[in-house]
Amino acid sequence: MIDKNLELFDCGHRACGGCGAALAARLVTKAAGKDTIVVSATGCMEVFSTPYPETAWKVPWIHSLFENASAVASGIEASLKKQGRTEKVVIMAGDGATFDIGMICISGAFERGHDLTYICYDNEAYMNTGIQRSGATPYDASTTTSPAGKCSFGNKRPKKDMPQILAAHGAPYVATASIAYPADFMQKVEKAINTKGPCYVQVHAPCCTGWGFEGNQTVAIAKLAIETGLWVNFEMVDGKVVKAKKVVRKPVEEYLKTQKRFRHLFKPKRQDAEIAAIQAMADKNAEKYAIDIKLKKE
Amino acid sequence: MALAVGCRARPGKSRDNKTGSWRVFKPVFDREKCTQCGLCMTLCPEGCVHETEEGFVAPDYTYCKGCGICAEECPGTAIAMKQEEK
Amino acid sequence: MMEITEGSHAVAEAVKFCRPQVIAAYPITPQTHIVEALAEYVANCELDAEYITVENEFSALSACIGASAAGSRTYSATTSQGLALMFEVCFNVAGMRLPIVMSIANRALGAPLSIWNDQQDSISLRDSGWLQFYAEDNQEATDLHYIAYRVAEESSVLLPAFVCFDGFILSHTYEPIDMLTQDDIDRFLPKYTPSERLDAADPISFGMYATPEYYHEFRYEMDRALKESKAIIHKAGKEFGQMFGRDYSAMVEGYRLEDAETAIVALGSICGTTKDAIDEMRDEGKKVGLLKIRVFRPFPTEDVAKALLHVKRVAVLDKNISLGAKGAVTLEVKDALYNSGIPVKGYIIGLGGRDVRKKDIKEIVALVEKGQGDMFYGLRTEVL
Repeated sequence: MIDKNLELFDCGHRACGGCGAALAARLVTKAAGKDTIVVSATGCMEVFSTPYPETAWKVPWIHSLFENASAVASGIEASLKKQGRTEKVVIMAGDGATFDIGMICISGAFERGHDLTYICYDNEAYMNTGIQRSGATPYDASTTTSPAGKCSFGNKRPKKDMPQILAAHGAPYVATASIAYPADFMQKVEKAINTKGPCYVQVHAPCCTGWGFEGNQTVAIAKLAIETGLWVNFEMVDGKVVKAKKVVRKPVEEYLKTQKRFRHLFKPKRQDAEIAAIQAMADKNAEKYAIDIKLKKE
Repeated sequence: MALAVGCRARPGKSRDNKTGSWRVFKPVFDREKCTQCGLCMTLCPEGCVHETEEGFVAPDYTYCKGCGICAEECPGTAIAMKQEEK
Repeated sequence: MMEITEGSHAVAEAVKFCRPQVIAAYPITPQTHIVEALAEYVANCELDAEYITVENEFSALSACIGASAAGSRTYSATTSQGLALMFEVCFNVAGMRLPIVMSIANRALGAPLSIWNDQQDSISLRDSGWLQFYAEDNQEATDLHYIAYRVAEESSVLLPAFVCFDGFILSHTYEPIDMLTQDDIDRFLPKYTPSERLDAADPISFGMYATPEYYHEFRYEMDRALKESKAIIHKAGKEFGQMFGRDYSAMVEGYRLEDAETAIVALGSICGTTKDAIDEMRDEGKKVGLLKIRVFRPFPTEDVAKALLHVKRVAVLDKNISLGAKGAVTLEVKDALYNSGIPVKGYIIGLGGRDVRKKDIKEIVALVEKGQGDMFYGLRTEVL
């Protein structure tokens, strides 16, 4: 049972006001509870929560390097097993640490089948170093290493499909979630922790600084990602999608328009072909995960 | 304070960093309009909104950065963002 | 009990006696026989450890970080490219003050690829904060593992340690070894009980970052701990000698050095060949001696100076090269003898498995007597 009043991620951390990742850290620790060891990868969350000696973590926490959180977690899990201890091991890493630099370590840990839960807080770029593109950056997003320009619409590739990759490793439980749906997110974290073996939860965590919107819009924008079908909340058990959040879909531009990283799609002139391409991605998502709620015809 | 071996620390020290000083806009909670649904408590990235002893919901201004998510997401109109007076 | 055993197997058995609780390793020539033997011990319930078969060396040492921080005695082994892949993790382990012990079956670094011995791999990690022990033979290779754990885990040290022994030359060679027993080691090496660990009952944050206000001091503390570990090495080595008859209290060891005019300084298996060459030169009336360096980090600067102050000249053998400068050992010895007026010459020898024989040692002595040195020794000029 999740104790809603449990606060294991303390005040005083240095995240930007309205930070989606900070909210994710709070929700994860709430859902995981006290008997948890958290392993962080280098990144925004690690930096805003642990300048020596001011740690925000009220659970045992460790950070080693950018790319090795899963390997460190593997060692912790092995050690706990050897000692007969029962704490759960939870990794919290950003999308850069997950989709890109940590990929080998994640693959190794999932293949070996350690009992751990990997939470990727996905803010879709390297925020800590100044908003560079990662393998999780969406199509056409302008970042500092995929800037929109006279001959570029920004990031040229769609997001890597991490959940499918980890499901293919045989992960018993894989889920996507959003900070806009905290109860759902916490339930998924709890389920992942209580499922034996390596489990993966990828949570959409908008970054006001990196995406270019006001801090009070973080939750609203995360919700729009779901409502447009650009982010799908689903659960996979033993490699099969068992549940996906259904929505009455809105056009993608309602989401795109809210963020500076997509501004070049609307100004100085509207890029219909690009917006249509992104709409097609949302349509494909909707079909793949069957998320559309069909309204009755009048 | 002697340096901790290996750059480690026990919990509590992050509270030395009073992030309330960052605030430009201040969330003001209207007790009359608040239904105590608790959404603001759940969604606060600081975890600084809590139930007071009198049973109302209030932010801890020592740490509230004034991001305004609580005001934005309040299902009613119980939270208003007001310019911080310094 | 004397046994004729392969070096790697002897090391594996010694590691078993240390009762590591978590082992994480990745196979690489010439380290493989160690990790295979350990896997067999675990498979046969002769060693009660979690053995993590990681996907590369980077993850091997990273997994060791997690296991060590969670409170387990932890072990790994590697060499060459594997150690190079661990570069980032090595610095991390030391900075996090985790007393992991790792065997290094020394091997050259590519390119060009070479599976054969030199000491470029561990020497290249000299600035990482790990203790570095170098074994002359397989007896020493086994014994140094017990010493390494004892010293690394000491509360005033809390730094990781390499036990280096030359790949193939030692790792794949059968030698008679006096193997100690589990009871012996249980008396010498206490159970690992870290004062801090990852534990829900007492949450601690490990691996925080340091601002410029603190970083400088954290590095100072590491350097201090490493330097102060000299006293702990001395104590542990002496106690080991009292218990088992082989005294490792000294970080350097002289051989026929007392009245020597020419001193050779070396580390690792080349010391054995050098001793034989010295015996022959002594028979010819040449006053030559050896100073063997057993501990390269912390570097025993004072001990080296003290041991060499009476000689007329010093020849340092380096199985490594700091390209664009000199061999790493040469630089340290020159530092130790600075102001002494004693000429120190360095010789780069045996890179990538090039055999070094007694006649080579004699030639080097002839060179240093003529004042020639600071050079690659034994170059095949016909291929240049």
